Amino acid sequence: MQTIDMASTELREVNSTLQAQKADTNQKAWEIVNPKGSHAIACGLDGPIEVTVRGSTGYYCAGMNKQAHIHIVGSAGPGVAENMMSGTVVIDGDASQYAGATGHGGLLVIKGNASSRCGISMKGIDIVVHGNIGHMSAFMAQSGNLVVLGDAGDALGDSLYEARLFVRGTVKSLGADCIEKDMRPEHLEILKDLLERAGADAKPEQFKRYGSARKLYNFDVDNAAAY
Amino acid sequence: MCGIVGLFLKDKSLEPKLGSMLTDMLITMTDRGPDSAGIAIYGRDEDSNTKLTVQSGDPAEDFADLDKALSEATNTQVSMRIKDTHAVLEVSDDHADDVRKALAELRPGIRVMSVGDIIEIYKEVGLPKDVAERFELAEMSGSHGIGHTRMATESAVTTMGAHPFSTGSDQCLVHNGSLSNHNSLRRKLKRDGIVFETDNDSEVAAAYLTNKMNHGSNLGEALESSLDDLDGFFTFVVGTKDGFGVVRDPIACKPAVMAETDQYVAFGSEYRALVNLPGIEHARVWEPEPATVYFWEH
Repeated sequence: MQTIDMASTELREVNSTLQAQKADTNQKAWEIVNPKGSHAIACGLDGPIEVTVRGSTGYYCAGMNKQAHIHIVGSAGPGVAENMMSGTVVIDGDASQYAGATGHGGLLVIKGNASSRCGISMKGIDIVVHGNIGHMSAFMAQSGNLVVLGDAGDALGDSLYEARLFVRGTVKSLGADCIEKDMRPEHLEILKDLLERAGADAKPEQFKRYGSARKLYNFDVDNAAAY
Repeated sequence: MCGIVGLFLKDKSLEPKLGSMLTDMLITMTDRGPDSAGIAIYGRDEDSNTKLTVQSGDPAEDFADLDKALSEATNTQVSMRIKDTHAVLEVSDDHADDVRKALAELRPGIRVMSVGDIIEIYKEVGLPKDVAERFELAEMSGSHGIGHTRMATESAVTTMGAHPFSTGSDQCLVHNGSLSNHNSLRRKLKRDGIVFETDNDSEVAAAYLTNKMNHGSNLGEALESSLDDLDGFFTFVVGTKDGFGVVRDPIACKPAVMAETDQYVAFGSEYRALVNLPGIEHARVWEPEPATVYFWEH
């Protein structure tokens, strides 16, 4: 285990050290201590390494992640795992606004609550939130899966494209063009796999599925005069 | 973007350290607001005096023998402590209005930052670190305090445009965000007799709350109604003589983190501002919900 102490190491050095670890690295396990809410910790990683951040982080932790497994032993500030491509990000505590925004792939697990705009414009990432999510989550979400064991806030899935949303608790309100849909066997399979990988103690049958009514983003000839 | 910090102490033994804790938090928020900085501190109510914190662009001239001149003009004892561009005048409660009137006549260049039993406000243009040093903020003690680092969007970078804004006795407000209906609201409040010092949108929010409280609302109720009447982006932290409140608009774009222990309630625009508080590793840390009023009273 390699330890980097942020009390004595500049952020640029922390990130360039981690970014230098590629597929052939033999230093697979890293620990970051004293993050103290700093911004942009462990961003742009591109190697199969494990990074444990011991404490809470500020804006944009684990952004643009590829391949790496990043574990935050604390809570995360706004924009955690933004635009993730692959790999895993696990947050033991809560996540602030727009967690997993625009993510293309990989798995984001939030063991506490996520606040507003979780998974906004997600493009293939899988997000599992053990607690609740705030308002405007999955706004314009294009693909991927958002799984919520708790409750969802206002306007879930507003202007949704093809992302799948699974909520176990209540949904305060659905956004424009987001509707409840039937849970088919293939969805239960997807959920089972995600819940297992996220270490979530819940049964797929307890969830409801929400998705796009596909009325907003398809061209409708009746609206031709509006263009 | 702006930075907000706030600290409401439950444990009296921390009171001598309030200034140093808040200063540390304020400086951490420098990159959210390097234009100007300010702090409101609530001390102990040990006497029946009113404190006026005043500011001048020309303190050498304006503060020269000001206490003597005011004492003579109002036939009462006025004491003065000068701190850089600010001075705290103290006078018995029943002469406070006379002193304020005399002040406007004798030294028209002086601006009143705050009036109240215990509040003192210090604010200036410049880096938070420099502002804190000029006013020796770290030396101050008190029961609660609020600080702000400003990155101006809606009005000029001036001393009067810096936060906190105080529009009523022992009241203050700091704001991160921008209001879109402040002009129409300002006109309404003016008709209600409220006097404005600036064109700043945040001053309108402060005056709105003052007006509500003048009409019988408590801090919590005033904050509750602000959610209906104020349009725009806001995270507000407000102080009263014995209270401390937080509210965010329903969209809640402007960041906010709170922490509570047996010793204190703390607010920061970011968690970074809270990391050096005692016992933070075991504090309850949470993000205040949108359109939800939080307030504490001593």
